[in-house]
Amino acid sequence: RGHSGSAMDAPSAGLGGADPQLQRFIEVETQKQRFQQLVHQMTELCWEKCMDKPGPKLDSRAETCFVNCVERFIDTSQFILNRLEQTQKSKSAFSESLSD
Amino acid sequence: GGGGGGKLDPGLIMEQVKVQIAVANAQELLQRMTDKCFRKCIGKPGGALDNSEQKCIAMCMDRYMDSWNTVSRAYNSRLQRERANM
Repeated sequence: RGHSGSAMDAPSAGLGGADPQLQRFIEVETQKQRFQQLVHQMTELCWEKCMDKPGPKLDSRAETCFVNCVERFIDTSQFILNRLEQTQKSKSAFSESLSD
Repeated sequence: GGGGGGKLDPGLIMEQVKVQIAVANAQELLQRMTDKCFRKCIGKPGGALDNSEQKCIAMCMDRYMDSWNTVSRAYNSRLQRERANM
């Protein structure tokens, strides 16, 4: 069950020195921070899209909007990475044929 | 180990780092919340915050927290789903 180049991998070589406990700690905290930062960012973005006037509670329409917003944001991020990867591949095929 | 004279306790350092991270996150949250609620609640700035503005800010704070929690849950669910599909 492997995965390639996931944004969730934390490079840990050299961090924390030889202490595996410290190294593990840094990995975990780094990942937690990535999560936190994205929540901050998405909350900010989705607030603009989903919140009209702040009321006495978060109504179900707004809540659905926030959930959709998160999903679509991640879809967007993946789409961009995938397409970038594809255009890189087709570029290198092109330049290979030029050098013949 | 632990308790040796002059040696740094990694457990203590880790706890301190965790606290610093938590503080930084709280500051980040507060900063963004203030920005959003100022935008939503304050029209033309007057000489003081009137009652309606204060009420709006209070509600806005709570809704921002609700939104933050909703986003956090949604993102977490998505991550679990992605991991399950790998």
